[in-house]
Amino acid sequence: MTATTPESQLDALIACPTCDALHHVTVVIPGARARCHRCGTTLMAPRTGAMTRIVMLAATAAILMVAAVFFPFLELQAGGLSRQSSVLGAVLAFSEGWMMPLAVAVGAMIVALPFARLLAITYALAPMALGWRPAAQAERVFRWAEAMRPWAMAEIFILGVAVAMVKVAGLAKVTPGPAFWAFAALVLVTVLKDNFMCRLTIWKTLEERRRS
Amino acid sequence: MENARRTQAVLTARRAGLVGCTGCGKVHAAGDTVCRRCGASLQSRDAKSLQRVWAWLAAGMVAYIPANIYPMLLTTNFGKTQENTIVGGAIELFLHGSWGVALIVFAASVLIPIGKFIAIGYLALSARSKVVIRGHGRQHLYEVVEFIGRWSMIDVFVVAILSALVRFDFAATVNPGIAAVSFALSVAFTMISAQNFDPRTLWDAYEEDDT
Repeated sequence: MTATTPESQLDALIACPTCDALHHVTVVIPGARARCHRCGTTLMAPRTGAMTRIVMLAATAAILMVAAVFFPFLELQAGGLSRQSSVLGAVLAFSEGWMMPLAVAVGAMIVALPFARLLAITYALAPMALGWRPAAQAERVFRWAEAMRPWAMAEIFILGVAVAMVKVAGLAKVTPGPAFWAFAALVLVTVLKDNFMCRLTIWKTLEERRRS
Repeated sequence: MENARRTQAVLTARRAGLVGCTGCGKVHAAGDTVCRRCGASLQSRDAKSLQRVWAWLAAGMVAYIPANIYPMLLTTNFGKTQENTIVGGAIELFLHGSWGVALIVFAASVLIPIGKFIAIGYLALSARSKVVIRGHGRQHLYEVVEFIGRWSMIDVFVVAILSALVRFDFAATVNPGIAAVSFALSVAFTMISAQNFDPRTLWDAYEEDDT
């Protein structure tokens, strides 16, 4: 093959993103999983109705995020004193003086980026779940969503909350508020959604719908 | 490693004179620079990728030093201020009998970061050597590093929640220490370092071996 290989011939191939091995594109039936024959990376794992489920779960998680930010998150009681904190309170813990950049980073990692990622996924995939053509700039928006993935740390935050609760358990009584449960549910929904997401299948579908 | 025997028959995009997209898997002719499907930039092998890996790794290791020397948490009880470093906090939890949580904190803030430094360094070193080392082992190591690295951030979040909650003026107050900043930086730098690593280089040794 040379550089003049026609595009149609290239479209019949897929290169493993992890090890660069070439594969012929075949139809993968929903529920099955196509793995790279050299390194074992999952190439395609389509699921029936995955688009619809991803969009619904992403929208659910985005709504839960709004609740998680505005409702009281945790309440601490010790010796007649009580103190409430919201998720934003945890972000603003670093807002004093020169630690401000860390407050911005924490806010991005536990609220802004997970929320932006959910909105981006909904924007890029919702038209396709409805059987329409992809929205304008859907490719760019989905690429952003993929780039945000490692930096959206909602699930790590909720484990951090659990550790913090154990740390103060001996000294004070901690009561989780509605935002705590919203946040916990949001993490579960996000994990469920990511299980349905197959990057290569989504890219392939985006391309096919764009052409039709 | 039964798959290792089969690797000799593998045709990679680079060998076929093509470029594969690491974002979406689409195959392009050698000269293309931007993926036609997902818009990501294309590079058969990024020659400067290892340099960036080393640079970010070094930055991460440097930031990890003040993270351990300076206090992570400042606890004030009736006017007395106690400073806790990362390791100090884990030891205190352990002495209080919360072994499970002490283990989580110790793993997330000591074992994982140091293990990551060693793992990324090893992967970056081994990517240069032309000797065939077990590809699957290194592949798994890379996947573990990518997956587990971000979990180290848990310690920063614990500090944030404690400082937001424990604010009973004179009786008890918790404030974040300077180490929280350098620890967060260290975790972020090593995450960027791992992201810059091109796992395709781990498999290239096989090709050069059988040509």
